[in-house]
This record gives sequence, structure tokens and C-alpha cells, in this order.
Amino acid sequence: MRLTLLHTRIRVEERLLIEELERRGIAVELVHADDAVLDLTASRMPTDEPHVLLDRCLSHTKALAIVRAYESRGIVCLNPSAVTRTCGDKLLTTIALTDAGVPTPRSMAAFSAEGAARAADELGYPVVIKPCVGSWGRMVGRLNDRDALEAVLEHKLSLGGPQHGIIYLQQFVEKPGRDIRAFVVGDRTIAAIMRHSDHWITNTARGGRAEGLPVSSALDDLCRRTSRAVGGGAQGLLAVDLLECPRRGLLVCEVNSTMEFRNSIDTTGVDIPGAIVDHALHVAEAGAAII
Amino acid sequence: MSQTTTPASETLTASCPECGTTIAFARPPRRHEIVRCPDCGAELEVVGVSPITLALAPEVEEDWGE
Repeated sequence: MRLTLLHTRIRVEERLLIEELERRGIAVELVHADDAVLDLTASRMPTDEPHVLLDRCLSHTKALAIVRAYESRGIVCLNPSAVTRTCGDKLLTTIALTDAGVPTPRSMAAFSAEGAARAADELGYPVVIKPCVGSWGRMVGRLNDRDALEAVLEHKLSLGGPQHGIIYLQQFVEKPGRDIRAFVVGDRTIAAIMRHSDHWITNTARGGRAEGLPVSSALDDLCRRTSRAVGGGAQGLLAVDLLECPRRGLLVCEVNSTMEFRNSIDTTGVDIPGAIVDHALHVAEAGAAII
Repeated sequence: MSQTTTPASETLTASCPECGTTIAFARPPRRHEIVRCPDCGAELEVVGVSPITLALAPEVEEDWGE
């Protein structure tokens, strides 16, 4: 068994995964994304040894490239690049969820300031603006009126790169001071937390407080449907963010393909790094049988 | 980027490159591990382990996330 851990930083999550692998006597090859040099035209070498890459890279752009190259060599990657591509881009996530019938907040895309104004009028204020690529609640804004929208767009369209030319707007959901994060490993929801905050952005990276939440059958069903919608299915390692909408019930807001879980082990009592390692080994063995 | 290096004889301590305080490690750190200076709060990256070398952690980039 070969296990490669692709990373940018060794944070608490990566350290726990490495310690779990070492505890099981599995050697870990650590690859920093900046150190990777990939021969894209090298011949694929047949091997009987199962080899899995666990993607813990912080950069969505680099992770996509590196994981796709590893896949081309026949290495099982968690998550697969197609899953990372969908989850790392909110526009693609929304389309995948909608296509699969998974409830999600109403969202629109526009490509100019005028188009964004029309979309915001259609969604109604307040409206949430998000970068398509990004995380931890950064550059996410709640815009209460047309003035706020125009101010943000002027900055976004003049200071941002080409990606900022895609304006992603989402209906604001009046949630009850919390949201839900569920951890899906393969085709199973292994744990969930509620994230409480006085601020409308409830990410724990922004100070949200985590509390364990028992996984109901309804939550499990919705999360597994979500995983299948973004291509995860039996392989996926995903963190699903959900909002409790007073009118529509649970809505899937975002799906994360390199889950952070440091605040969710003690609060849920679930050995999340252990479950990830179990899953990686299982998928690697199964993948080796197919290759 | 400024870096501080600890002599090999002091294997489990390193100086904070921001404020100079001595940071003690309970166990040998890993390369690229992130630590926070207990005095000044600076986020630091372990860029070398033998001897322990610390540098200010790189700024979060726009496409970083989970």
C-alpha cells in the first residue's frame, strides 16, 4: 500500500491523519503542492501495489491540476478531480445539486454589473454575493440594497481577476443563528455538527461555535444524495453545509471536498480521521482490483 | 521571508522570527506544520526540522479553502 498525502500546510487535520496512518504502520509520502513536479507524458507503469492520494491541498487550482495528473497514472485520488472541480466552484455545485433535485438556495449567475442588478432584483434583497472559488466565508457579503450591490460590484469588477467577472448571487436564507455541517465518508454520513454564531456567517473559521448533532435518517439521506450529486458517491470524502430554511426545510448550501474537522471530533465523539483513513484504505484496495 | 534557525543541540525549541521569543515544542514538529507564537500570535510555518527552522506562514491565497 502506498499512500500519498498532498498538502499545503500541516495543520491539525493533516497531523491527525498522518498520526493515524503511522499508528497503523502505513508509510505516508508527504507531497507539498509547491514541490510537485509531474511528468505529464510519462508512460503509465502497471503495478499491483494499491496507491491512493489523499488530497489535503489548500489551493483549489493546484489541487485540481495535481490530482488530475495522478489520476492519469492510475492512482486512486480522494477526492477525484471531478468532485474537487464541482465542489470547488459554487456555480458548478449549484448546477450539480439542482440537476439531482437536491434542495439548495435559489442562486443566479451574472456577468456584468447590469446583469447582477437584474439578478438581485429577481432574488430580492438582502442578497448574498459569493466568489465562485473560495472558502472560509471570505469575500462573502450580504447586500441589503442596490446601493450596496453597486459598491461591491465596482470593487469586484475593477480589482478582481477574470474569475470575478462571474457574479454569483444567492438568495439570503433567514437561518436560526446556526447552520449544519455533515461529514460524508463514502456513502455514509458519519457525523454532523451545528455551527452557532451571532453573525450570519457561521463558519468555525470565522468564530462559529460547534455543537454535536445526531445524524437523523433525513439528514443522512439528503447528504448521501448530495454526495452522489457532486460525483462523490462511494468514493467521496465530503463536508456538506446545510441551512434550515423556515419555508423550504433543509437546503444544501455548499459542499467541501477537503473537509476540516478539528472542531468536530470532540463535539461529535466520532473519530473522523480514523474514518477517513479506513475509507482511503478501502477505496485503494478496491481501486487496485479494478486497475 | 525572514527565518530563524535553532542550533541542533536545542532540538525542540526555536525562536519566533516575528518577536524573537523562544517557542518550545512538546514533540518533534513536521516540515510545513503550522504553529502559533504564544507571545505575539504570529502564524508560523516549520520550514526545517533539523534544526527546527521557523518562518512567517504564507498569506492565505484567494483560491485556498476546504
